[in-house]
Amino acid sequence: MKSIFYKYKIGSKLMSLGLLLVLLLVWHGSTTVGKFDPTGKTDDEVMLMEMNGEIIPDPYNDGQYINNPEKSTTFPGPLKVVEKIKQEFSNPFHRKGTNDHGIGWLILYTLTVFAIGYLAASLVGVLLGVFIGLSRTLFEVLNPFLQVLKPISPVAWMPLLLYTVQDGKSVAVLVVFLASLWPTVANTAFGVSNIRNDYLRVARLLQFGWFRRFFTVILPGAAPSIVSGLRISFVSALVAIVPAEMLLGELGVGYNIWMEWNNLDIAGVMFAVLVFGAMGFILDSLLDRFARGVSFVE
Amino acid sequence: MSNNSEASHLNHSAADRKLAMKVDHVTKIFPVLKGSGAKTGDTFCVFKDVKFDVREGEFITMVGHSGCGKSTLLNIMAGFDKPSTGGIIVDGKEVTEPGLDRMVVFQSFALMPWLTCFDNVRVAVRSAHPDWSGPELDEHTQKYIDMMGLTGSEKKRPALLSGGMRQRVGIARAFCVNPKVLLLDEPFAQIDALTRGVIQEEMMAMWQRSNATVFMVTHDVDEAILLSDRIALMSNGPEAELAEIIDVNIPRPRTRQQMIESPEYSRVRNHILRFLISHQKQPGGSTEPAGKALTDSADESTNETPQKAEV
Repeated sequence: MKSIFYKYKIGSKLMSLGLLLVLLLVWHGSTTVGKFDPTGKTDDEVMLMEMNGEIIPDPYNDGQYINNPEKSTTFPGPLKVVEKIKQEFSNPFHRKGTNDHGIGWLILYTLTVFAIGYLAASLVGVLLGVFIGLSRTLFEVLNPFLQVLKPISPVAWMPLLLYTVQDGKSVAVLVVFLASLWPTVANTAFGVSNIRNDYLRVARLLQFGWFRRFFTVILPGAAPSIVSGLRISFVSALVAIVPAEMLLGELGVGYNIWMEWNNLDIAGVMFAVLVFGAMGFILDSLLDRFARGVSFVE
Repeated sequence: MSNNSEASHLNHSAADRKLAMKVDHVTKIFPVLKGSGAKTGDTFCVFKDVKFDVREGEFITMVGHSGCGKSTLLNIMAGFDKPSTGGIIVDGKEVTEPGLDRMVVFQSFALMPWLTCFDNVRVAVRSAHPDWSGPELDEHTQKYIDMMGLTGSEKKRPALLSGGMRQRVGIARAFCVNPKVLLLDEPFAQIDALTRGVIQEEMMAMWQRSNATVFMVTHDVDEAILLSDRIALMSNGPEAELAEIIDVNIPRPRTRQQMIESPEYSRVRNHILRFLISHQKQPGGSTEPAGKALTDSADESTNETPQKAEV
């Protein structure tokens, strides 16, 4: 019993859950629509407010008023967000015109853009990183370029990309690509150039050809470093895709955040933000498994 | 100063055996590393004009203080490093790059941590026999795994094994391609003293079953005497020279027990120790006043090519 408790880390999980409950309660408490306090207001003013719909009669207490939740400008509470989640997921794949896609479509759209850009960048990044890591000269030639390109926010490229590519989805893919390229290149190059000389000597001793050397020594030897680069790239791409989609205004979860803001649906904004959090969490735990698969102890 | 080109006093009537490896007037000069206080472009000679012959099936060991360049010489033999002048000839051909005819057993084991023990040996078998099918490779690999007493550990990664077990894998990897020359770079230095003796004997048995010629580098005098037919003594670096080569006339097969009781053992051991003590580095640097400060960096640079260490 006790071993199961430790094995699945039940204690820490219960604590996480407790913390979540506390946060939700605080959120709920601070956003609940309170009683209307008429002190300092004349009866006429109160009547005017009722006519404007700012306050409504309290259904439980005769002669008293509460703030109208419909007109409330306060932050939406957790219940409202839950309601929004239920509503969105009740029909995730609906499509009512260009601006009203179900959340399922939006997630799929964002994931496709993300996957194409990220996978292409990973492939290019790893290959480029391997070449840079293997050749001191190539490193010295390319390093100034990398240092200049690396700090440029991928979103900064968007006008140029729009001007040249002219297709919204491709621009989004390219932004993801640029966001995830540099960390992978840098980490791969670092991993490859730090492979222990012993292993490279064994490869020379055993007369490995380029291909066999690459797959038997270099790739597995640099794998832990490559995967940590891929994880940094992953976060960087997820960060970049939100403003890209907002600016492009085509489709996607990032675009959805801005749409809900335009609709002044704060619960909708929060829902879309939470979708990003969930997507990141799920994808990162997949990468984590991958990272464990390729790690080794010296 | 016995120079061995006249091979008359070799063990086991080795004189009429074929030449396996010729070390021909080899000198190694390194550029001085930056930051050591020297001008760039300065050079530093580790050893000079080393020459000796190794006969087929012979076990020869080189002993000397740190910095005498014995590991550098082994790297040159392996083809990892190039001599500044002179050359190594194996099987009638000059050594220019590493090859399967000269397998190395590394001090650091150099097993790939992402491969299982079995696969660490199998990659070598595959290199030696690229035309073999999968089952043939497996069978040959298993044979050497079993010979080194690694049965049961095939699927383990090296990190899970003790130093002794890891070096068994290293030895299996070296022997499984049936090399002409085996180069042992302080192979037992990182193994605990109790296991060391067992593995030394296992390796001796492997060597006697094969017909490999062995060149070993070590700090351990007893290890040198137990395993070698001849022991080469290097003077101190920089500009180390091959001081002498002594024969070890203890009959084979040897055991440690037999060895320590042999009068030949004490003779050889005393001789070597006297040599090493007389070449001990003095703190004041009285034996080698010139370039004293460089000797320490020289030993490091034997493991890395100096070009790489410089950047």
